[in-house]
Amino acid sequence: MHELGIVFHIIKTVERVGEENQLSTVSSVTIQLGEVSGVVHHELADCWKWAVKKTELLKNAELLIETIPAVTFCEGCDTTYETVRHGRICPHCGSGHTYLVQGNEINLKEIAAC
Amino acid sequence: MDKIRIIEVKESIFADNNREADRIRAELKRQKTFLLNLMSSPGSGKTTLLMRTIEALKDELRIGVMEADIDSSVDAEKIAATGVRSIQLHTGGMCHLDAGMTEQGLKELGTEDLDLVVLENVGNLVCPAEFDTGAVKNAMILSVPEGHDKPLKYPLIFTVCDVLIINKIDVLPYFDFDLDKVREYAHMRNPKLKIFPVSAKTGEGMRAWTDWLRQQVGEWKRDEI
Repeated sequence: MHELGIVFHIIKTVERVGEENQLSTVSSVTIQLGEVSGVVHHELADCWKWAVKKTELLKNAELLIETIPAVTFCEGCDTTYETVRHGRICPHCGSGHTYLVQGNEINLKEIAAC
Repeated sequence: MDKIRIIEVKESIFADNNREADRIRAELKRQKTFLLNLMSSPGSGKTTLLMRTIEALKDELRIGVMEADIDSSVDAEKIAATGVRSIQLHTGGMCHLDAGMTEQGLKELGTEDLDLVVLENVGNLVCPAEFDTGAVKNAMILSVPEGHDKPLKYPLIFTVCDVLIINKIDVLPYFDFDLDKVREYAHMRNPKLKIFPVSAKTGEGMRAWTDWLRQQVGEWKRDEI
């Protein structure tokens, strides 16, 4: 359900860009998903297929997904580590004072269209 | 056929929603209407807490309520019984409200003559946190039976909220719920989070929460910024 809301927002943004650039047909939309953005890829793809059919501009548009790896910074020892592998506790020093540097993005990267 | 072009957009898909939310806030500022977005999981006592809050403030503030749910109008009927203006929003299957839906709701409710509007968001700790609704402040309720580990499991909502209300403290003796731990975990995610332990049922702690809300509404109406 969450993915459907995201798809609606992608479509809305693409339609705005389409208007600004006088596009008639969008062939693909590339988005970047952070590893810990909480978006399920196949759910997003299913919602996409259903929702684009209801539009004029995007009815045949393909959804391309790029992944942004999740990286966490540890304030305890000033290093970074892979979030998905180790979670919130730093694997180097055991500190819990950590924050996400990247990996929660849901970005619209580019649109291929004519 | 025309040649295919690549258009670089490079922005968060929430960018349009965030712009819309900023526009709503600016309009509410002009009207001197305060919008509170209230979030929680289902069954945390959101509607009961809201009814108690309305009872405490309705003689001083003109209040309106928007109840968002996937379906049904049970909550709006309960709120209507308190005598304040309320409407029910149906999200049509979606698990959250975004700025566009909030704006429609505000129009439907009519906000020009209101001091405080409360948006009761869909019961869910995940998705509502991602979409800025245009609210002036965000509050969430965590109830004792849900457990003190929720800030660890659902970090985003604790990050975006200004206030955490811990409800149902009257049943604390029956649960392994550690108030100090929840404070510690929540402040790890958001050091500025205000925390109010309350029981909407017995009324314990409610005064501190309603005092805070009254003060926020006052500041919003007064500030020239």
